[in-house]
Amino acid sequence: MLDMKKIALSPRTSLTYVGTDKFKTSCISVNLITPLRRETAAANALIPQVLRRGSAEHPDMDAISKALDELYGARVEYFLRKKGEYQCIGFYADFIDDDFVPSGSGERILERTAALLGEILLSPRTHGGILFDEYVNSERANLIDEIRAGINDKRAYSRDALLKNMCADEAFGVNVLGTENEAKAITAKSLTAQYRRLLDSSRVEAFYCGSAEARRVELALGDALAGLPRSIAPRLPETKILLTPPAPEPRRFVEQLDVTQGKLVLGFRLGDTMLTPDYAAMSVFDAAFGGSVSSKLFLNVREKLSLCYYASSSIEKHKGVMLVSSGVEFTNFTRAHDEILSQLDAIKHGDLSDWELLSAKRAVVTNRLSALDSPSGIEGACFDQTIAGIEYTPEQFAALAETVSRDAVIEIANNVILDSVYLMEGLGDSQAIKEGANEK
Amino acid sequence: MKNKGYDAIREQVYSDRLPNGMPVYVIKKSGFHKSYAFFATDYGGADRRFKFGGEWIDTPEGVAHFLEHKMFDTEDGNALTTLSANGAQPNAFTSSGITAYHFESTEKFEENLKILLEFVSVPYFTKESVEKEQGIIGQEIRMTEDDPDHVVYYGLMKLLFRHNPARYSVAGTIESIAEITDETLYRCHKIFYNPSNMCLVVAGDVDPERVFEIAGSVLDIPRGAVPERDYGLPEQREPAGTRVDAQMEVSEPQFLIGASAEIPKRGEERLRREIVGELAASLVAGKSSPLYLRLYAEGLIKPDFIDAFETTAGIAYTLFGGSSPDPDRVLTEIQSELRRVLTPEAKPELEALFTRIKKAEYGRIVRSLDSFSRSCWGAADAYFAGYDYFTAADTMNKTELAEVLDFIAENMKPENLALSIVSPRAAETAAAL
Repeated sequence: MLDMKKIALSPRTSLTYVGTDKFKTSCISVNLITPLRRETAAANALIPQVLRRGSAEHPDMDAISKALDELYGARVEYFLRKKGEYQCIGFYADFIDDDFVPSGSGERILERTAALLGEILLSPRTHGGILFDEYVNSERANLIDEIRAGINDKRAYSRDALLKNMCADEAFGVNVLGTENEAKAITAKSLTAQYRRLLDSSRVEAFYCGSAEARRVELALGDALAGLPRSIAPRLPETKILLTPPAPEPRRFVEQLDVTQGKLVLGFRLGDTMLTPDYAAMSVFDAAFGGSVSSKLFLNVREKLSLCYYASSSIEKHKGVMLVSSGVEFTNFTRAHDEILSQLDAIKHGDLSDWELLSAKRAVVTNRLSALDSPSGIEGACFDQTIAGIEYTPEQFAALAETVSRDAVIEIANNVILDSVYLMEGLGDSQAIKEGANEK
Repeated sequence: MKNKGYDAIREQVYSDRLPNGMPVYVIKKSGFHKSYAFFATDYGGADRRFKFGGEWIDTPEGVAHFLEHKMFDTEDGNALTTLSANGAQPNAFTSSGITAYHFESTEKFEENLKILLEFVSVPYFTKESVEKEQGIIGQEIRMTEDDPDHVVYYGLMKLLFRHNPARYSVAGTIESIAEITDETLYRCHKIFYNPSNMCLVVAGDVDPERVFEIAGSVLDIPRGAVPERDYGLPEQREPAGTRVDAQMEVSEPQFLIGASAEIPKRGEERLRREIVGELAASLVAGKSSPLYLRLYAEGLIKPDFIDAFETTAGIAYTLFGGSSPDPDRVLTEIQSELRRVLTPEAKPELEALFTRIKKAEYGRIVRSLDSFSRSCWGAADAYFAGYDYFTAADTMNKTELAEVLDFIAENMKPENLALSIVSPRAAETAAAL
């Protein structure tokens, strides 16, 4: 079992501590959790990128790189996560465990890395109290490029495009990077103000996994994060969950791009399931429907009909949304669309064999347990559960998945409602356009 | 099985050969839920021409990859779904150099290992199943045609190499895979999937002797031969062309800059060369290098910038790339840096940088050992190339700056660099302005 503890570093900041000596790598993460909002998403995304450029003590990337090299190539990288309608902004550090420091040096990598992370987060390089202008301008340009670069990966882009349209009136439709226009409007002054607001108003979740004792970690992170506000974090609004789609009929969004393969994405709401979410049953349903290689989508849409290289489902449990995405020939849009829905109908009608149920459970259990075999996997699993307010450990979650009944899976399927369909077509592909016209 | 301990990195590796000569490695890891098995054949996308029964045989592009897809079919069904139902997460990949089948599981490891060894060693293809797979792989190929990373990479390979089939996509083309039949697959399986051309690497909290026993009982098959292959005429350091520009639906230019390097010999020399090549790339444009820091500050390169050295299937090359508003400028800057690092004035600064880069590289190697998949893949690659993967940290620590500078002088001549770009379509750029 994981030696996992929750430790309050202050009324504002809680630490999830996982003690283990099975890895050669230790990791720390510090996350600021804030509501995802159209007006602030781009600025919040930009903040850690600007902070990473230089701190008061390490004023440029050269100084930070040197410090990291000296810590045996430790990494301190910013990362952004979207969990339900929260934007989680943070830094993730990983570094070799003290045991692997060449003998005799007695270096304490944990304290030094934690201090560097804390300094990057809390003591930025400023000019007259304002974030350093040159860094803001240069990272704003990088952020704009990154937002635009979404188009380069068509598979991820098609999923984002569906969510943007399907959840246009919900915070969930906001991209974790924000939009180009919001990014363009950011100045060093406005970003500094947002940085202060973010520190003042966020809930803070810290994480450690490694061989150090809890007390040592508590002291190291307590020191490193001493500059954070200590008061209780203001209450964050909950993620809004739509139990039914906003429109009576499935909405349809079509985009034409210069591509050779079409993309088809279906967006669903999990419906009444979300009133009292049974996350274990949701995971088993997802694995049975399209989240594993023994799923109905993989075996039928790909293997039996060979319509595509991939057709898979994934559930965002914090929001109660499921996506099915697939790459198919333009001419096969209708066939793939209908086949995906007919596989869902099959589960709704109870067509789920013992073998399918068993395979789905095995996929969920293996997935959960093997996540515990890497520091970043443990961090991800613990963070996800913290946000969802799940009290049990990933191991207990795996045990719960074992007990999920067929009826529970079928019931989840029966609550699922198709909300929106997104199609990525080629430019001027007459076949696709004709098909699109026929369907409307 | 023989046990070898590596104290500095705290690894225990058990190894032995089956009676038919195939090596089995077990990387013993304690306290983990999962175990991982990696079964590989030294047969990849570049192995298209080889000797069989005294005759040279040519095969279409994409056979190794097609075979990888079809191996999961068994007479009773599909091994992918059997393994999955048994709690394993199976997958496979084909690179230019090797094909590997792997799974991780947190239960029934021994049973799953048997299934893996069986389905990879016993082929079962039909005309119908091959035809059906042409549809699935066709869609995979279509997907890669829209992937700028794929297009920019093969653009560079065609500039750097004149003959080696690694110039072409591992998956082949819609036309080339149409030529593949069940007979092609049976024949290539027979030639390349034999104990002399394969290896098994397992990592986890498992009993090494049991792994060896299981491998011995399932793979009770005669030893084969290491097939002789032909990658074409020897490649030169000078590229076939220095620039290619493809246009696609991308937001800004994506680029790769590379230089063909001398192919290292098998054995410890190969490991040493891989480390020297990687350190050379880091010294020139790695994340701590003066060039990287300057170009980043100027906005010429982005957080996605990479530096690397790769060896596979009879080729070796250094690589730099990412996205940039002006890849041609990045090329010019790298070329001047390559000249600068070889001057005597640069020496003192380089020595300090080199010491730091090595320290960081040591940490990176240690951290990478936490990944079962990387360790197993690394150990398999190392076996095929004739060295010991777990001595990498040691060898790296012993590397001298002089060797790295020699490598740069010989294998990264500024005039031998080639640049592959994927740009946004001209019309779209105009519209955006």
